[in-house]
Amino acid sequence: MDISNDTLLDLHHRMVRIRLFEEEAGKLQESGKVPGALHLYVGEEAVAAGVMSHLSAEDQITSTHRGHGHLVAKGGDLRKMYAELYGRSTGYCKGKGGSMHISDLDLGMLGANGIVGAGPPIAIGAAFSNKYRGTDRVTICFFGDGASNEGTFHEAANMAALFKLPVVFVCENNGFGEFTSQARHQAIKDVADRAAGYGMPGIITDGMDVLAVYEAAGEAIARARRGAGPSLLECKTYRFFDHVGVRGMGVVYREDAEVLEWRKRDPITLFESRLEEMGLLTTEAAAQVRERILFEIREAIAFAEASPFPAEGALMEDIYTVRGAAR
Amino acid sequence: MPEMRMRDALREALREEMLRDETVFLMGEDIGAYGGSYAVTKGLLEEFGEERVKDTPIAESGIVGVGIGAAMAGLRPMVELMTINFSFLALDQIVNSAAKLYHMSNGQINVPMVVRMASGGGSQLAATHSHSLEGLYAHFPGLKVVCPSSPADAKGLLKRAFRDDNTVIFIEHTANYGLKGDVPDDPDFLIEFGQANVLREGSDVTLVGYSGSVHQATRAAVMLQEQEGISAEVIDLRTLRPLDIDTVIRSVQKTNRAVIVEDDWKFGGFAGELSAQIMERAFDWLDAPVARVCGKDVPMPYNRNLEFAALPSEEDVVEAVLAMF
Ligand SMILES: Cc1ncc(C[n+]2csc(CCOP(=O)(O)OP(=O)(O)O)c2C)c(N)n1
Repeated sequence: MDISNDTLLDLHHRMVRIRLFEEEAGKLQESGKVPGALHLYVGEEAVAAGVMSHLSAEDQITSTHRGHGHLVAKGGDLRKMYAELYGRSTGYCKGKGGSMHISDLDLGMLGANGIVGAGPPIAIGAAFSNKYRGTDRVTICFFGDGASNEGTFHEAANMAALFKLPVVFVCENNGFGEFTSQARHQAIKDVADRAAGYGMPGIITDGMDVLAVYEAAGEAIARARRGAGPSLLECKTYRFFDHVGVRGMGVVYREDAEVLEWRKRDPITLFESRLEEMGLLTTEAAAQVRERILFEIREAIAFAEASPFPAEGALMEDIYTVRGAAR
Repeated sequence: MPEMRMRDALREALREEMLRDETVFLMGEDIGAYGGSYAVTKGLLEEFGEERVKDTPIAESGIVGVGIGAAMAGLRPMVELMTINFSFLALDQIVNSAAKLYHMSNGQINVPMVVRMASGGGSQLAATHSHSLEGLYAHFPGLKVVCPSSPADAKGLLKRAFRDDNTVIFIEHTANYGLKGDVPDDPDFLIEFGQANVLREGSDVTLVGYSGSVHQATRAAVMLQEQEGISAEVIDLRTLRPLDIDTVIRSVQKTNRAVIVEDDWKFGGFAGELSAQIMERAFDWLDAPVARVCGKDVPMPYNRNLEFAALPSEEDVVEAVLAMF
């Protein structure tokens, strides 16, 4: 694989940025500073980083309820993200959307979504527009193994292939939909099998290995860009934390041993040893990366905490756009 | 009578109906091994086994459709949808099939299914997770819509739902799950549909609510009594379809004023229907226009203050009442 040192270090940076963002968000929730439901991305960083590294801000993604990692990897503004979690008026959604509904159109992030399975048809629509307007933009649709059982996914997959749209379905198969294991929610092992039913390639990759994701995503994205149609990329991964919030160990729906087994393949640790072997990263350099990101995070949290809550009058704003009024 | 929380009362209803009738089975996302998003079905998988307590994939439209088919073919399914917001994915099955089949099939087909779902905001889960849309389901002829406000009502109404040969949409307010109250343990304890409950008698104004909003209405009645010397009657509708309008009308004829309280959006909501019916039947008794205290017409915001402002409060009810005098 042809991959520059800069890209390798960038992949590392993206993963660590997600990890630290999420760990801090988890702490804020546990200390009662951040309300709502946080679906944290810890353990799955290689997927977002490996995919997003191929995209520009012009390319779009649709995200899920577990969306922080996607936006962080796409270059999201941590200040606005934390401010949103805090429900402040400086947040991405002015404090009205919260964790599950953050979007950033300037970065092509079409939105996290509190409705499981809402994303796939929306991604197809964006891809349709990109093709219609003759751009070479690509749309990535992130979805979980659980979401692959919603009808919307199947309807979208069929249309994507039928209309030969520039889209890549990226399944983050972390083995669970909430508290139900994959074996108890579908009769197949590989969500990628579903691609064949719609006439597109289905590829399986190791979602804990950022280089594997990078390579597989690169091919699928290139294929979409050159007009050869959609594909489905399944990344086998694992969420280290709970479905909502932090805990994750000592829970009834999965064995601690299983968690520990997956944690041995922590995508960041794996990649750091690889980078060390390649002579691209030292322990000290890795620590510096963390420090720099933590600095950014602390600054972002301070910004969020200093930001005002939305004014009372904001309640009835933002229901209709006035943009179209002049047309 | 044992005291229990509403979630436990609901579970007791499910247990008793499953013990009574072998054709009753439960289906839903994470209702089995996990015990349900609000712990209503906890322990039932262990007690009744996998055939009768089915964890399903995330597929709302699919599982409601499966419920309809199973009901058509001799079973009595209870389908749990995690929240009313997610029930929209199943709206086609509920509306175009469950509600209409009896009429369309010349009475050959009926769909004895109970669809349970949680409603209500207040937990900062924002617009895709926080709405109360009981009135939406009440809009569709062919459905029965039940909205309990207390543990005992929850049990009696849910048991009654399983004895119905029509589809019953059973909507539980999340703020009510933890409420405690005395609950009859008689296995034949049923509460008939279409019987509103006068929770508090009064002579100056009638406050009408259901599900969550009954509690704002009751707190407002206490405030009105203590602070203003106004005597408010509080009516809990219990079921929106069938609707016990007679009880409401009798009360309005006595108090000459009515305030309807609901979490749902005001525009096009159930309060509008109720207000129209009061106007049609008790116009001459009214000393003031019927007032509606509802949720603000906005997708539920995440921020705590905004969410609070979007939902009706007891203060809002008091204010609406005072404006009538
Ligand atoms: C339509 C709908 N149904 C149910 C839910 C509740 N819910 C939130 S996340 C989730 C599990 C999703 O599983 P998966 O797609 O595998 O994503 P993961 O959480 O594992 O990242 C469920 C059932 C929802 N938000 N929307």
